Amino acid sequence: MKTRKIANRKSKKLGAIDRPSLGLTSLHLHQPSKAARNHEKHMIHLMVNGQLYQLEIGNKCGNVGPSETLAYTLRETLGLTGTKIGCDRGACGACTVLMDGKAILSCMVLTIETDGRSITTVEGLRDPTTGRLDPLQQAFIDHAAFQCGFCTPGILMSAKALLTENFSPTEQEVKEALSGNYCRCISHYHVLDAVMAMTRQRGSEK
Amino acid sequence: MTRPYRFIGKATPRKDALEIVTGKAEFIADIKLPQMLFAKVLRSPLPHANIKNIDSSKVKRLDGVRAVLTYQDVPEWRGGMPAHVRILDRKVRFVGDAVALVAAEAEEIALEALDGIEVEYEPLPAVYDVEEAMKPDAPQLYTQFPGNVLPNRCPGFGPKSLEEIAMGDVEQGFKEADIIAEGTYAYENIPNPLTAEPPGAIAVWEGPDHLTVWSSAQNPYWEGVLLYLRMGRKVHVRYRGTHCGGSYGTRLMSWQLILYAALLAQTAKRPVKICYSREEHFAAYGLRLGSRIHGKVGMKKDGTVTAVSGEWLINTGFYSQITQGQLAVGCGEVQLAVRCPNWDLKPKIVCTNRAASGIVRGFGGQELKSAFLPLLTEAMGKADLDPLDFFKKNYVKPGDGYYWRDGNWWVCRGVDYTKAMEKGAEAFRWKEKWRGWLKPTRVDGTKRTGVGVGVHGNADVGEDVSEAYVRLDPNGTATIYSCLSEHGTGQRSNLCKMVAEILQLPLESISMTPPDSLLNPYEIGPFGSRGTYAIGGAIIAAAEEAMKKLFERCAPMLNANPEDLETEDGWVYRRERPEARISWRAGMGVDRTLLGYGRFEPDFTVPNFMMLFVEVEVDVETGKVELVRVVSATDVGQIIDPPSLKNQLHGSLGSAGVDSALFEESILDKKSGRLLNINLVDYKWRTSLELPAFRTVTLETPFPTHRFRAIGVGEIATAPGPPAILMAVSNAIGRRVYEYPVTPEKILSALGKTKRGGV
Repeated sequence: MKTRKIANRKSKKLGAIDRPSLGLTSLHLHQPSKAARNHEKHMIHLMVNGQLYQLEIGNKCGNVGPSETLAYTLRETLGLTGTKIGCDRGACGACTVLMDGKAILSCMVLTIETDGRSITTVEGLRDPTTGRLDPLQQAFIDHAAFQCGFCTPGILMSAKALLTENFSPTEQEVKEALSGNYCRCISHYHVLDAVMAMTRQRGSEK
Repeated sequence: MTRPYRFIGKATPRKDALEIVTGKAEFIADIKLPQMLFAKVLRSPLPHANIKNIDSSKVKRLDGVRAVLTYQDVPEWRGGMPAHVRILDRKVRFVGDAVALVAAEAEEIALEALDGIEVEYEPLPAVYDVEEAMKPDAPQLYTQFPGNVLPNRCPGFGPKSLEEIAMGDVEQGFKEADIIAEGTYAYENIPNPLTAEPPGAIAVWEGPDHLTVWSSAQNPYWEGVLLYLRMGRKVHVRYRGTHCGGSYGTRLMSWQLILYAALLAQTAKRPVKICYSREEHFAAYGLRLGSRIHGKVGMKKDGTVTAVSGEWLINTGFYSQITQGQLAVGCGEVQLAVRCPNWDLKPKIVCTNRAASGIVRGFGGQELKSAFLPLLTEAMGKADLDPLDFFKKNYVKPGDGYYWRDGNWWVCRGVDYTKAMEKGAEAFRWKEKWRGWLKPTRVDGTKRTGVGVGVHGNADVGEDVSEAYVRLDPNGTATIYSCLSEHGTGQRSNLCKMVAEILQLPLESISMTPPDSLLNPYEIGPFGSRGTYAIGGAIIAAAEEAMKKLFERCAPMLNANPEDLETEDGWVYRRERPEARISWRAGMGVDRTLLGYGRFEPDFTVPNFMMLFVEVEVDVETGKVELVRVVSATDVGQIIDPPSLKNQLHGSLGSAGVDSALFEESILDKKSGRLLNINLVDYKWRTSLELPAFRTVTLETPFPTHRFRAIGVGEIATAPGPPAILMAVSNAIGRRVYEYPVTPEKILSALGKTKRGGV
């Protein structure tokens, strides 16, 4: 008798996620676009946190495999382990990064689909020259907006995307933007405080 | 102390805050070692079966596969209480039980290899219900436990570990009662605490009997000791803790996966990493205990409980890691909430063919109370008693006694929590909202509002031993040696605050060793809310001893007695002459460090306390229940760090807490033995869109037992929740609701709007 595998990375479908009632309104999934072209040239160019990476597609050591997710490439190939993999099925938001400024689930995007894109991970939030924290990161520290901290990078990136799109979101808009981020410690209240403090600060600076 | 605190009670950033917000905090999945292999587990598709044949020969030859292990290849390593679970066995006992282990150069190769292992099973009948499992003809999980009933004794709690509550004369007690309530009540939806981080481990052999593991339990020292015991006392373990992505108790259940990695690493002679997928985390890690009570309560009209009797049936799943301990603590905790001279409560631990239940925040007490309080409220209802008045009358007070986990009678020397209950009730406006049993607070079209209240506390804040060192360096810094990982409560930072306060050093000058069992002294770990009192107690003692040594060295130079000295910001001076001061460097010399040692001895005399008031809105057309308001009330003596405390109190909703009464459940298909909702879409969890208004009321009545007059409460935040929800929903709809969780189907059924069954 053969045993069914509980998990199978290969069966992953790009962008096809089923998320009833989780209210993932602010996450935009990248649609398949350039896969065929990438295969032809066997190379992708990817900007991550302002640095350009040239990655070869293939099955050799150090290559990007055709079935490799962006989350995997970021963590395992580029060593950017700040992005977390919580479920690898697009349901927990721990792997949220920015692609061209929009929040995406990096476990649901294939790396070969990201040619020419610009990715920002939690490691890229700090000012690269001064090392200064993004005000959002500082707000998270000031409001103790985390407990175990595992979901924090994903929440930070979801919030960052929202604050980029919406100068002054309402509390309801913040709740909606973060509703795809699984936080089991229930740090949501302090996260809301932190993000709303940012909004108020912006309001007073206007 | 006349001086106001510099750090205690003030909000200070977590010491690891920068790491967390920049993505630098290292969790188990982030660690890579040279030559590291990746492990995967072949799991049983059947709930109960013997392995007739297993053939892994094809897989062993696969490119990139470095080790394959089945039950035929593994040593006699056992876990469980008493030790009854082999690390791999010829028999599988639940869907998801480990059948074979593979280590390979890449995770994909290991996964691929699982498919090539050929297993022939001899299927056996399976049993899922505690009472079915105890029947004479029921399938037997272990030959040594006839009737699938495990012994109640927890050897770790001493020779008299609490195995039941037996005292007084229940027959007489029932005779004295005005009201009797009787029946069967259960909390059996086995919710999954499901930390954000799936569990994982790395194992490396440093020598034939020296193993180093990395894993994310919050208590590395003690976990290392347990691994040593499980490996037959032959292997010395160095346990290196990582950042812990949530525990809620469950991280103490990782021994199996750690030993899988250890066995594979031994065979492959390379480091091996194992990280559970989310599905494995759901299906094969740790659930809450199933809890059912056939009970009887006798009560006088004024709320005096005269007798409690009954049978408490605990469903531990396919094995017990330390369910006996949860039984003992649960029996202790129920006595803290209900003062009664006559008890006859007989627990039974039963094995069934599903994933294991085990250590979760609430540790037996939440499970017992969530079944027992609905029975108790039945009696309160008959007596027409306000539950708040009942709890005020019955919750343990200084001078009251109780049998604790060690089977000994302890007398409370904590504080009276009546004031905390009253302040909480005031904040919630309980008097205004409580309209009587089965009476809604408000009716607005199809929406009915109801309120409920629950209470919990434990005397575990002072359980077990802790040890710590504090080292003073001449440059005016101090290092704490204590073996605990940061698991989200901010405990490591809070311990630094305590030492900073004692040594009057800036918080930046205090650091803590990594959570590594090789570096640090004995520490059982932060759980049971013991961080503040027990771990804090050891660290405070260590800091005070180090400071005493510093003063002894400095005294001659300042022409003073050591007891006349004080220190601040790395300077030492006489209390009366602060201007004549010497630096730590001058006092100690550049070539000396000073080490203080502290030890905390167990103390079960100070119970903590948590009350939750909840307000729910039920739509009687759709059956949907919404939690709209929560007020938590507690008294912590002295707040150490306000935001970390609030965070922990908010945590009462998640981690199989309050929400386990509302929508969280593991759905077991009794035909196949499979858990059906093992993903984050089908398993319901609270999102940021569904946050109730949450107010925390925290009193600070000084506790005599602590340097800073404090007591911990984090662990108990969840436990008062589930029965409070049942009470609130029952009041809202005017009908008793007994079953967790209160899904729309159950509400409509209670209202007679649908027929149950056929689903």
